[in-house]
Amino acid sequence: MNRRKIKSPSDLEKLRQEILAKRDPKKPRIAICAGTGCLALGARKVITTFKEELKKCGLENEVEIRETGCPGFCEKGTIVVIYPEGIYYLQVQPGDVPEIVEKTLVEKKHVERLLYTDPTTNEKAIHEDEIPFYKHQMRLLIGNNIKVDPKNIDDYIALGGYRALAKALSEMTQEEVIEEVKRANLRGRGGGGFPAGRKWETTRNAPGEPKYVIVNCDEGDPGAFMNRALMEGNPHSVIEGLIIGAYAIGSHEGFIYVRDEYPLAVENTGIALEQAREYGLLGRDIMGSGFDFDVKIFRGAGAFISGESSALMSSLEGKVGAPKPKYVHTSIKGLWNKPSNLNNVETWANIPLIINKGARWFTSIGTEGSKGTKIFALVGKVNNTGLVEVPFGITLREIIYNIGGGIPNNKKFKAVQTGGPSGGCIPERFIDTAVDFDELTKLGSMMGSGGMIVMDEDTCMVDVARYFIDFLVDESCGRCVPCREGLERMSEILNDICEGRGKEGDIELLEELSAVMKDTSMCGLGRTAPNPVLTTIHYFRDEYDAHIKEKKCPAHVCKALIEYYIDAEKCTGCLACLKACPEGAIAGEKEKVHVINREKCSKCGICYDTCKFGAVIIS
Amino acid sequence: MKKMTINGMVVQVEDHWTILEACRFYGMDIPTLCYREGLSPGGICRLCVVEIGKGERTKLVTSCNYPVEDGLVVRTHTKRVIRARKMLVELLLARCPSSKTLQDLAAKMGVQRVRFKVKDEKCILCGLCVRMCEEQMGAKAIGFAGRGKERRVTPPFDIKSDVCRNCGACMYICPVCQLRCQGPEPPGVVCGACLNVEPVCLQDNDDVMCYLDTCGWCYKMKKR
Repeated sequence: MNRRKIKSPSDLEKLRQEILAKRDPKKPRIAICAGTGCLALGARKVITTFKEELKKCGLENEVEIRETGCPGFCEKGTIVVIYPEGIYYLQVQPGDVPEIVEKTLVEKKHVERLLYTDPTTNEKAIHEDEIPFYKHQMRLLIGNNIKVDPKNIDDYIALGGYRALAKALSEMTQEEVIEEVKRANLRGRGGGGFPAGRKWETTRNAPGEPKYVIVNCDEGDPGAFMNRALMEGNPHSVIEGLIIGAYAIGSHEGFIYVRDEYPLAVENTGIALEQAREYGLLGRDIMGSGFDFDVKIFRGAGAFISGESSALMSSLEGKVGAPKPKYVHTSIKGLWNKPSNLNNVETWANIPLIINKGARWFTSIGTEGSKGTKIFALVGKVNNTGLVEVPFGITLREIIYNIGGGIPNNKKFKAVQTGGPSGGCIPERFIDTAVDFDELTKLGSMMGSGGMIVMDEDTCMVDVARYFIDFLVDESCGRCVPCREGLERMSEILNDICEGRGKEGDIELLEELSAVMKDTSMCGLGRTAPNPVLTTIHYFRDEYDAHIKEKKCPAHVCKALIEYYIDAEKCTGCLACLKACPEGAIAGEKEKVHVINREKCSKCGICYDTCKFGAVIIS
Repeated sequence: MKKMTINGMVVQVEDHWTILEACRFYGMDIPTLCYREGLSPGGICRLCVVEIGKGERTKLVTSCNYPVEDGLVVRTHTKRVIRARKMLVELLLARCPSSKTLQDLAAKMGVQRVRFKVKDEKCILCGLCVRMCEEQMGAKAIGFAGRGKERRVTPPFDIKSDVCRNCGACMYICPVCQLRCQGPEPPGVVCGACLNVEPVCLQDNDDVMCYLDTCGWCYKMKKR
């Protein structure tokens, strides 16, 4: 497509009006989530079926189909929204498409069975703001995902995109931009929570040219996908923030570091950069301001450690992605030893909002020390998994129960893990804690980049600690002794405890080792790695004791510490478990009590799940 | 010149020094394993940690690569520092119990036992050989490969490197390749023989009998 360069802020506004004039707001539009989650659930097929079906009905010119970014409700994908009414259809399968076209687009009625149904009241919800999952959120950043096609810059501009950039370039000095971000008290969303404005100022004032600005999209926490959704679904919001940052800092070259495991993010970002360049929003003399800036995409080879600032810059330089000692900050001496400002995707995406609406508006949201909103990846034992964006200060209970819809199968809530593998587990008694950077740190956990894993009563906390430590053993770069050796030893001890070889003194040794790792590790990975162990010991010490002293796993998770047996009184002799057992460990005849052979039993738990009478018991 | 405080003593230091250089200049004994004069500091073994700062906001930093600054307050032997160093030696010793260097360090620091399962690795991955080869010999024949527990020192692609001149500098500088000792006996216990015991050969001779100075290993074997 031929795009003319935008030469001034009024040019941008003119372009916006032209785009809007071409669009009829009353024209029916089908927005289909084409994010990675929904694509995995078969969104591609839904999209093609819609195209075929519209053609069949002769509606292809009447109705517009838009492949959008992820709206967050991944539990209920594929998500289809019909505009202008804004009807939300969830879990849409290709087979549902003809019905949607016929009923909704032609007859203007709802397809009841695809609407959100409240699990308790059975009430239907039609629009986004009626669905409890969305109702309690504040979707400033990902709210636009379902409205824009990430492969089309016009959609973003139509929503007022790049206005903040125009404002910054034409009406604000570089100092004013930094001052505004500082006043907004925007804290880094990548985990550390360092004030972005102060970091910008350090880079701006640091000696040395050129200066670099970098987007950190190397999201690697297990179960976290906030950055992916933003980068895939609304890349222009990040790019706009980056250009504004570059202007304020005085940088003319930027990088977007995306992990290669996010192919769609790489693709969409590439297209977005290309289109921004065509409009002259990147390159020389942006919007006639005389400011030059361009961005390159760098694909990370996929190492968790590369999300750490100095490791990421090493990787960008073409070296092994391993952290460097940084007693001199990367904002002063970073990429190629030049001042480099690295911020997370979400941090950059907040910038246009702050510039457009002002620091005063931004600081009206959130708590004393943490302003604005934060996107969390709500996963684990919770009914509505997906991405939730909430203002700081919301309680964990509100997130888990009001938005997340509580724990499945009426199980009891036990703990929530925040902050990814380096975060900690927060037990039930702190569920009314307000979520912000400082409160989570006080509880021994941390904000991290926004992973939130909910655990129910069937979760063994020692096993959880073991899982995260094993993850970190694999991901540690291995450079410094406390992290490499310490993590390996920690994993060894935790595995011993889970397998019934725990001994007195193990807990104390873990605590001592943790303290030293926190004190002496080279980078943030090693310094925060003991958090899952320390918090589980602190809040669930009785479980550790049960494993070590009584050789019991209270949650019945650790295989070495449990036995399956069949309750003779409850067993009806139905043969179901006997047939299901992959090891042939169950003996018995029809209508006679079955018995499990302990020697053959591999403790897979299939019999437990199969039995309808609750006759299989774990001890 | 910069002014800083080391263990309560106000001292003048050269601008380009690191904390370690400053401390050694003023006679403070800080143990190191991966540090050698003439090579860039690695910051890998972390044994040279010192506590900096005042009041509640203190932290541990590696002195080998921390540049001195005006008003810096350094303490080289606090409880926190000693606890960290002891744990680090214990971790290293559990990995590589047959290193005399490590056994000596352990004995000197009063590490009395190893609470982790003892392995028998040959290398502690301190990276001295890699830096030696690159910075002093100008060869870059060896480097690190692998991540985390897979990390190892090796020539590129595990094939003998063309640029290796067999100079032996890597072996010369290695703190564990040379100076092997019998390791802990029984497993998991620090022997401490070399450092704690007076050279045993002195009982029969007037002089230490070998270049390994005070270890006494050969003597003990003969007695058996």
